[in-house]
Parts: sequence; C-alpha cells; structure tokens
Amino acid sequence: MREEFTDIVGAALDHDPRLAVVLAEISADRFTGAAARHPDRVLNVGIREQALIGVAGGLALTGLRPVVHSIAPFLVERPFEQIKLDLNHQRAGAVLVSTGASYDYPAAGRTHMAPGDVALLDTLPDWTVHVPGHPREFAELLRAALPGDDLVYLRMTERTNARPLPTGRGFQVVREGRAGVVLAVGPMLDPVLAATAELDVAVLYASTVRPFDAAALRSAALAAAPDVVLVEPYLRDTSTASANAALADLPHRVLGLGVARDAELRAYGTADEHDAAHGLAPAELARSIRAFLAIGGR
Amino acid sequence: MATSTSGRTGSGYSDLPALLSRMSGDEKHSPAAVSTLDVLWVLYDRILHVDPARPDDPDRDRFLLSKGHGPMAYYAVLAAKGFLDPAELGGWNAFDSRLGQHPDRVLVPGVEIGSGSLGHGLPLALGTALGLRAQGRTGSRVVVLVGDAELGEGSNHEAIAVAGRRGVGTLTTVVVDNASDSYGWPGGIGERFSREGWAAHTVDGRDHDALHHALTDTRLDQPLAVIARVEPKEFA
Repeated sequence: MREEFTDIVGAALDHDPRLAVVLAEISADRFTGAAARHPDRVLNVGIREQALIGVAGGLALTGLRPVVHSIAPFLVERPFEQIKLDLNHQRAGAVLVSTGASYDYPAAGRTHMAPGDVALLDTLPDWTVHVPGHPREFAELLRAALPGDDLVYLRMTERTNARPLPTGRGFQVVREGRAGVVLAVGPMLDPVLAATAELDVAVLYASTVRPFDAAALRSAALAAAPDVVLVEPYLRDTSTASANAALADLPHRVLGLGVARDAELRAYGTADEHDAAHGLAPAELARSIRAFLAIGGR
Repeated sequence: MATSTSGRTGSGYSDLPALLSRMSGDEKHSPAAVSTLDVLWVLYDRILHVDPARPDDPDRDRFLLSKGHGPMAYYAVLAAKGFLDPAELGGWNAFDSRLGQHPDRVLVPGVEIGSGSLGHGLPLALGTALGLRAQGRTGSRVVVLVGDAELGEGSNHEAIAVAGRRGVGTLTTVVVDNASDSYGWPGGIGERFSREGWAAHTVDGRDHDALHHALTDTRLDQPLAVIARVEPKEFA
C-alpha cells in the first residue's frame, strides 16, 4: 500500500494544484522526486507531529487539500488535540494516511502500535474511516479522497486479503448464512472467511467503516439472525456501540473481536503471533464465533 | 487587492472603552487594563488589509488570535472596524450569542481561527502562510498573536523552527508579553526567535508608533517576531 500511496499522491501533485503533502520525516525519502518538482506543496516539517497537523490545518484554511502521513501512533495519538482543534474545530479538511496499523512492525514494540486510532477518531464527528484490506482497494479509496474537502482517515496495513473487493460506501455481503452475521473489517476478511468456511453464517465486509453502514448490518441481521460478531483489526469493540445502535429496536447480541483492551501485550515476534495472541487468527476466530453462536462441532 | 478598514465605521481608539464596557459592564473601562488591546488596534487600524465587506477575500491578510482567552479586546476592535454590530457585544457569553469567552471562526465574521486551547495558532498560521505561498498569493500577510506564557507550549517551538528555517517572510508572530510565564526565556523572547532565524523586535506594547514600526519591518525571507511588552500580569 505504501507504494500505491507514493505513486498516486506523487502523480496527483503534478496535475492537481490544490494538493499538498505534509510529512514528519516518515516516508520523506519516498517523496524526494515530488518534493523537487513541488517544493511548496511537499512539506516535511521534521520530527514535529503537532506542527504536522497544525500546518495541515492552516493549508486547508487557504483552500489546499493536505495529505498528512506518518506512522499511526505519531499521526493520530501524539497530536490528537491538533486533530480535534486544528482540523475538526476549524472546519478544515484533510486526508490522514497512517502506516503501521495495529502491529505491522511487531519487533518495534508498543511504541509503534496504535490499535486505538479508530476508537480515538470515533470521539470526533465527521470522519470517514477507510480500512482497506488490499492495495487495490487502498488505491481506489485514496484516489476518491484526494479531490474532496472532508475529513478522511486512511489506514494502511501490510496485512492484506488475497483478493480485492469493490470499494465504496457501505458494507458488502460476501456470503449469506442463517446462524448469524460476521462483519469483517479490512484485512480481517480472509481470516474470517477461513474461520467461517464450514459455518452457516453471513459474512459482511467493510473497507470503509465510518460512517458505519447501519442499514446493511440491520438487513443482514434480519435475513440471518440478530447475533452479530464484529471482527476488527484494531481495538476490540471499537464498533460495538455502532452495531448496537443499528439494532437498537431488535432483541440482539453483539460480540466484538479485535486487539485486546485489557492488557498491554509486551511481545515482539511476528504479526501472525500477535494475531494469535489477540484471538484474531482463523483458529481462534472460529472458536469464538462458534461459542458465541452456539454452533457445535469439532 | 483588499482595502484597509481604516476609518470604515468612523470608530476610533477612543471608542474602545465604550465598546469594552458593553461586555464588562464596567463604565470606567481603561484600555490599559486589556493587555492585547493596543496591539490589536494597531494591527486593525494600520497594518492588516482586511475588509468587513469581503471577509473571505482570498487575498486578504490573515490575523489569527491564538491567545483566545480574554477576547473582549478582540471583539471590541472587530466592532470598531465594522466586522461586528456593537449591539451584539452586550449579549456575549449568552447561549445564543456568537461571541463566547473564546472566539469561534465558524460563528464570528472576520475571525480566522477558533482558539482557546493554547499553542494552536502559530502552527496554523505557519500552515496558512505556506498555503498562500503555494498558491502564489504572496501579497497576503499572516499575523498570529500569542501570549508569552503560551510560548511554553511545545507546538509553538515546532512551528517557530520550521518557519525560521523555511524563511517564511509573510509570517509575523506578535507576542504580547505580560511576564506571565512561570519560567521565561533566557536572554528574552526576541532572542529565542532570532536564534531560530526570525527577525525580532521588542517594543513597548502600549506605544502605537513603536508597534507600527516593528510590525512593518518585514523581510522577504525571514519571518518576523514582534514582542510587545505590557504591564506584568497581576497574580492573585
């Protein structure tokens, strides 16, 4: 996805005079050509993440479209008040593009993990949150975001599904079934499909998770059963409130699966090992889904 | 080119106490009681090219009040210059008033940023100046007002370094220094800006001519800092 990011934004800078890129060293080496062509619109502020967002807010106030990029904890968590005040409060739009996701760099440890990014942005209004599960989806979502004026968060990850699905607002029905509904967000689709291959459940897919497609979840729950499992590649239960709101007038149950909230996982190793530790590998997902939906077997 | 607001409403400096009184209820309001009042007056009366009839003119100068606390002086000057109806001042802080204890750009005409939380205006001003430069709008100045204690926020130091090194000559920071920072800056605030590549002047923040001279001493390739010294804040 990072190659798509550099290629698409670099090319767009050449023909869209509104576009500007704001960096805090991360990936600056990937923008050297674009920076040479557009020194006033490719701005590397150094290791200064508060200025990263503040400058983006100022650029937007003059009518430019800033694309802001860093590793997720440095893009979203460190300058969170700047996101709240320099973007939302000023009514200044921006496209924030993070890399690293929840644990793409497990050897780097906790400092480089931000499984709470989407939950944090959920405390603010007006954000569109894309969690693509394939580089082609990422490319489509990025291209669609560049001409706008709105607030967009694009969460890049190195963990991808085998095949891309069409992008666009709303959740897609990947498979129908009767015992319940499993919503897979972004790169969780393939693990969910593996986990549910032998289960009679409906599977929904979201590459865009905010706004939350309440209507799609509701109709899937009505068509199957009002028992919903959310499988998200970031903090567990990030979308549970949204799912409950979508089903508020129905007797229903919701199980949120994702990165554990109750303890800081002090481990390095591989992303697969982190998946397993958080219950997000296919075997653990299958066990959780079967237990919740009271589906027997094996 | 935007036009100066000077004389647009016929209100002058001597009208400010009455405008302040509409908010404070204090009949004997002294301009000296408000630390930012003289700086704001000089900016709006002599420096900024802004027009209440065209507050969104893309080629206007931008004034960003970062120190959003105590905005009475700001509202009074905006009223004197025709951005606000003076009658509106009396209702400030009421639920349905556009004027709160911190200004909101979405509500108040002529207000460029919503502020109150310290340390946001200078990075926003830097981004605004860079955005105007990228669009070739090099005739517009961007002036941001901060307090001396507000300079403690690290976000300001991030922006001061970037602005200095990128030589953003259209950017001006006015520091209203009422000696309210608990720690201060060795060698003075101006020295700190100079070290980062800014042109800097320290002047009497009540002296209109001194402020005017300092504020007009801009450089093509250097941002400008004007430290406006006023009476020390009285702590309870």
